Amino acid sequence: MTSLLDVRELRVTYRTGGGDVPAVRGVDLALDPGDTLGLAGESGSGKSTVALALLRLLPATADITGAVLLEGEDVLGMRWGRLRAVRWAGASIVFQGAMHSLNPVRRIGDQIAEPMTVHGTVPAKDVPVRVEALLEQVGLPPSRARDYPHQLSGGQRQRVMIAMALACGPRLIVADEATTALDVMIQAQILALLRRLVAEHDIGMLMISHDLSVLAATCDRVAIMYAGRIVEQGPAREVVHEPAHPYAGALSAAFPRIGDPASRLAPRGLPGDPPDPADPPTGCVFRPRCAVAEDVCSTVDPPLWPVDPDERGNSVRQAACVHVGHARPSAGPGDGPASVPPPATAPTEERRP
Amino acid sequence: MSAPAGIPGARGTEGGEHPDRRAGGPAAPPTPRALARRRRNEALRRFAREYARNRAGLFGLAALLVIGALALAAPLLVDRAELTVTGAPGAAYQPPSAEYPLGTDNFGRSILDLVIWGSRVSLTVGFLATGVSVVLGTLVGMTAGHFSASGGTAGRIMSSVLMRVTDWFLVLPTLVLAVALAAVLPRGTGTIVLAIGLTVWPATARLVRAQTLAVEARPYVERARALGGGHAHVMAWHVLPNVMPVVLAQTTLLVATSIIAESTLAFLGVGDPTQISWGGILEAARNAGAISSGIWWYMVPPGLAIAVVALSFTLCGRALESVINPRLREQR
Repeated sequence: MTSLLDVRELRVTYRTGGGDVPAVRGVDLALDPGDTLGLAGESGSGKSTVALALLRLLPATADITGAVLLEGEDVLGMRWGRLRAVRWAGASIVFQGAMHSLNPVRRIGDQIAEPMTVHGTVPAKDVPVRVEALLEQVGLPPSRARDYPHQLSGGQRQRVMIAMALACGPRLIVADEATTALDVMIQAQILALLRRLVAEHDIGMLMISHDLSVLAATCDRVAIMYAGRIVEQGPAREVVHEPAHPYAGALSAAFPRIGDPASRLAPRGLPGDPPDPADPPTGCVFRPRCAVAEDVCSTVDPPLWPVDPDERGNSVRQAACVHVGHARPSAGPGDGPASVPPPATAPTEERRP
Repeated sequence: MSAPAGIPGARGTEGGEHPDRRAGGPAAPPTPRALARRRRNEALRRFAREYARNRAGLFGLAALLVIGALALAAPLLVDRAELTVTGAPGAAYQPPSAEYPLGTDNFGRSILDLVIWGSRVSLTVGFLATGVSVVLGTLVGMTAGHFSASGGTAGRIMSSVLMRVTDWFLVLPTLVLAVALAAVLPRGTGTIVLAIGLTVWPATARLVRAQTLAVEARPYVERARALGGGHAHVMAWHVLPNVMPVVLAQTTLLVATSIIAESTLAFLGVGDPTQISWGGILEAARNAGAISSGIWWYMVPPGLAIAVVALSFTLCGRALESVINPRLREQR
């Protein structure tokens, strides 16, 4: 069975006046229907570039290689007409900043109907009924269809964006920082809505955020990106609470935990800045900021290795660090990297207050 | 309804509901349709109020309404037969009198009647030429802006070519080009419209292109492309409605330019000789030697008419601009 989304060796390089800037350097992702995958990382790690590359929405200056298989069909090799058909009907995007992603001079209902009219998936006379159904699905009264975007609140606008994303019955939804600009209460509502819709429609969701706690609460699996590459991926709870890669550890430790006074009294950040993508360091790209870096890290650029492999060498978790799993060198620092915070004793259902 | 109207810039919806419902007694909550209609009415009223703050704009509007009514009613006010050279009612060069309030011309025709009748051609040509140039300018500007923002390499090349053509038209002396066009093409009102329309569009194209680029940078355009919208869809559905306010203000300003251009062409003798227009009256006055003979009533009325109409359109355009663009309003 082919998976819903299969990204292989995706590389994106922006051609700029000052030379080529590799933004994504070999990313592999897989997603099945009904599955949610979180993609985390700090600004500039390439997570949004990955999202836009999935539907070939990057500017012409971006050079994309690798393969993006959407239900077995390579998006990168598609002809223009087929690509337009796949956009939204095959995979849709919930954009960040719903405030700006809605045209201020068009009614909400017309904008939700827009993908249906563009693709002609719904007969024109059925469109209003479908718009009402979509609005109800995302918890808005159908009468709102006649409103303009400025008459809605931020959370309502985000709901409209979700309704729009669902309009053509896509198999995959990419939520790019979909809840970032919202306050935590609305954020929780929107996340619950997304979770419910994924379960109801059996669609796959790729959720992109810099907020690990959001991903931990929403996603089955989480992948963490650093400098254009996935450095750790696995089940959400394990990656967030017992990270194997030092960067994942630092990212996880940067969020205070409810019920864990230690993390509140000694908040940990990560010193330094992400590397210049045009001029990455040798060896492991995280080495300059890593607390457990060794000599070997400056020569070896580790690929994703299984963490806790079973007898056949497979693992649900992988991390790209020389300290991980059976790849650990002989003089490894104990049972895992030193920067990993202690396993959370706190309630697992955590959310940022 | 008057309570929210008193607050300038009130958003209408929230501000309007409560006092209204109380005033109407224990009525049922209004239906969504009624609410929408009320909102639209309020928006219109807000627009009118902002416009009314601009005294010059009001003056321009009033002048235009009077002139427009005169032009429409011209067949009732003026006997067309008296405007022919053979059917002229008076003697030549009569100064203003009770019978001929603005005197007569070299054939004995009433200048007042000529000026009233002339407004028809001047306004018609002004509007039509503006229409041609606005449509052309919007089309070129929007295409150039759209493809330079979200087209591929081919799109960017096409956009560059379009803008170079625009620049070429922009640096050509408008009047010379219009005279050349009017001289080459067969004589007639259509030719004048075309000659003016083809020469004044570049400014609109530049303006629309700039606005298009600003709109194209908004996230909802990216969203529209992400949901599979093609170039035509993005331009017609997202860019055009957001460019329209600028085009509207530009249109009013262009009408003034077009009317002056029409008068100039007629004055230079490349107009339609069978039609009476303000520029044509001026040309006839010059040919008849009205300036050197001191027959001021032959020259001044059509000249004043041109000036007043052009000024009125400009005032209206500026007032519209300041309503549409609040930043201009602040500076006043």
